[in-house]
Amino acid sequence: MNDHRLGTGLRFWLITLSLLIAWGGRGYGRQLRAGLAVTGLSDAILWGLYIGNFTFLVGLAASVVILLFLAHILRRPGMEGVLLLGEAVAVTAVTLSLLFVFVDLGQPLRFWHALPLLGSLNFPRSIMAWDLVVLVLYLLASVLFGLRLSKNDRRSSGQAIGLWIGLLLILGLSIHTVTAFLLAAQPARPLWHDAMLAPHFLVSAFASGAGFLLLLLALLERLRLFTRLDRVIDDLGGVLRASLLTDLFLLAVDCFVLFYRPTEATRAARWLYLMPDNFFTAWIGVAWGAIVTALLLLLLPGRRRPVLLLAAALCCVGVWMEKGLGLVVPGFVPTPLGEIAGYLPSSTEIQVATGIWAMGATLLTFLVRAITRTVHAGYTAGQNTTAINTEDR
Amino acid sequence: MTPLRSSPPATHPPEASLPPETPADPRRRRLLQGGAAGLLLAAGGGVLAATGDREALTDSLETLLQKHYRRMTPDEVAAALARIERRARRDHDANIMCRNTPPLPEVAFGFALNLSRCKGTRRCVTACVHENNCGRAGTLQNIRVLEMEAGRVDLTAADPYYHPEQVPAPGKGYLPVQCQQCDDPPCVQACPVQATWKEPDGMVVIDYDWCIGCRYCAVACPYAARHFNWGEPWLPREAITPETHYLGNRPRSAGVMEKCTFCLQRTRQGLLPACQEACPTGARIFGNLLDPESEIRTVLKQQRVFRLKEDLQTSPRFWYVMDGP
Repeated sequence: MNDHRLGTGLRFWLITLSLLIAWGGRGYGRQLRAGLAVTGLSDAILWGLYIGNFTFLVGLAASVVILLFLAHILRRPGMEGVLLLGEAVAVTAVTLSLLFVFVDLGQPLRFWHALPLLGSLNFPRSIMAWDLVVLVLYLLASVLFGLRLSKNDRRSSGQAIGLWIGLLLILGLSIHTVTAFLLAAQPARPLWHDAMLAPHFLVSAFASGAGFLLLLLALLERLRLFTRLDRVIDDLGGVLRASLLTDLFLLAVDCFVLFYRPTEATRAARWLYLMPDNFFTAWIGVAWGAIVTALLLLLLPGRRRPVLLLAAALCCVGVWMEKGLGLVVPGFVPTPLGEIAGYLPSSTEIQVATGIWAMGATLLTFLVRAITRTVHAGYTAGQNTTAINTEDR
Repeated sequence: MTPLRSSPPATHPPEASLPPETPADPRRRRLLQGGAAGLLLAAGGGVLAATGDREALTDSLETLLQKHYRRMTPDEVAAALARIERRARRDHDANIMCRNTPPLPEVAFGFALNLSRCKGTRRCVTACVHENNCGRAGTLQNIRVLEMEAGRVDLTAADPYYHPEQVPAPGKGYLPVQCQQCDDPPCVQACPVQATWKEPDGMVVIDYDWCIGCRYCAVACPYAARHFNWGEPWLPREAITPETHYLGNRPRSAGVMEKCTFCLQRTRQGLLPACQEACPTGARIFGNLLDPESEIRTVLKQQRVFRLKEDLQTSPRFWYVMDGP
């Protein structure tokens, strides 16, 4: 870190994040004192912004398996540094998703009731218990795998690495599948009660994950912390294109079944897609608009980097909107007794959510910093690292 | 009959359901709220000790650390009941008696409700709120009466916020909904920490001191029968029903779920549920399903009955009755 300009920038970035975290902490303090009454939630709309962010982040964490796939199934060379970054993203995203569940609890200090031995985790009956188990396992596995990769240990056998990759692939797919099951398991909520939800979740997760990783890698290349990323960025662009196409296809399939003949789920779908004065109709319109635009940009002839990055950003925003509030809230409409209720996140919810995202950005910043140093050290020591740190100018 | 007004729609601004601060001692109230006491131990235990409120602090901590109800020894249950009584004295200035009466042997409770008789007075709702010590500032009601076109049962076209000059309104019918005490309850399956379960006498209950407030049980409930304490329930002393049960009507705190328990604090002692006692039209029939001589058995045998959302196979212990044509 001998680049002075970066040092100032980094300091400014971290100070900004700290302020946001403090602001979020203030909001959470308010929520602790007054209860979840300070949110926009109600007995009708039971989950909102917090759980919406949770579903998105679990998807982001799961999407890191794309990199594992590229590196070890397609055997793309020179992926070690990028894999490390991927694990950093996975660790950050899972941590944030758990934080979002935590702030959603009415009795947060009782979280220990879900711990093994101490508490009484309802495993294997409750899907929420399953989700907690796979999330914690994925977090642990990602941390351990990341540490192992960062040692640049050339003695580690191919077989051991193969086992790790298999484990992470299965856990990565599991976390998002089980999160989809969390919603799909409930016949009381017809819009979610659909086997399609899990595959749709994975596809949109790959889209947002490829988009996010693309943006991150492009940023690190711009900051000259990583080089020779063209190949992986191209690959991620391909993943992005394929997942967006599939995502839209699945949406179309979904809409066909929802609207061809009216069912109970159709009431929720009409409320979501077809109510001109409903905030969520506008919300989902913007979300799918962003996703379609991203796909169109990717289908343009010529592979220009700025276009790719714009598409990646639109995709991240679109999927966050669609799979966050755009999925969680309509599931509660109408209530099981037929009532149509509304929801908007309160200022406290927005404040707390911002604080958590800022915590994530901070964590990711430190992890990336540590990784670039490791990779750089590996290079100067003459070891086999291919994502080369070029700070040594 | 003049109908009682239902609570406003759930879309009200969230602040509206915040309990008003008790003028007497707002600071102490706030300190006790929810699990915040645990955080305060680290932050300001000394401050608390200085104010002489040791009892509140130790009680809050012990409640936070207490075991699951079904894992407690008799001594631990007794201590928990005493804490509940002390807390009611501190928070509500009320002397309550909290018991843990076990289920009666050879008893399985069930409910039948005659829709031909229900006139939509909502007396059951008021009686339920009073008997079960529900917070008075919010909109939490464990019975919801739906108004619909007479002769039809269509939940998608129901209005829970009806308020005509008189009930029954012409051409309208009424359908009260509360916990259906399912034989295969989705809520119990959903709870990640086993804070809710089905008792041997059929009542689905909650350990309010074990619930973490994730609300997944309410997500799973097909009858919208579970209600969350979004803020600290506001419960003035004169409103409190002092005879309480650990799994029933004892005062709740913010951040936990609650529901209808067929008034187990009453029914386990041979009394009728408050809703049935309050019903002016005799629409409600509560009883022991295992007793072949009971009224409910006769009704189930002889009249046209149905259950809500049979297709979901939750198998409710709550039947709706229609008189013959």
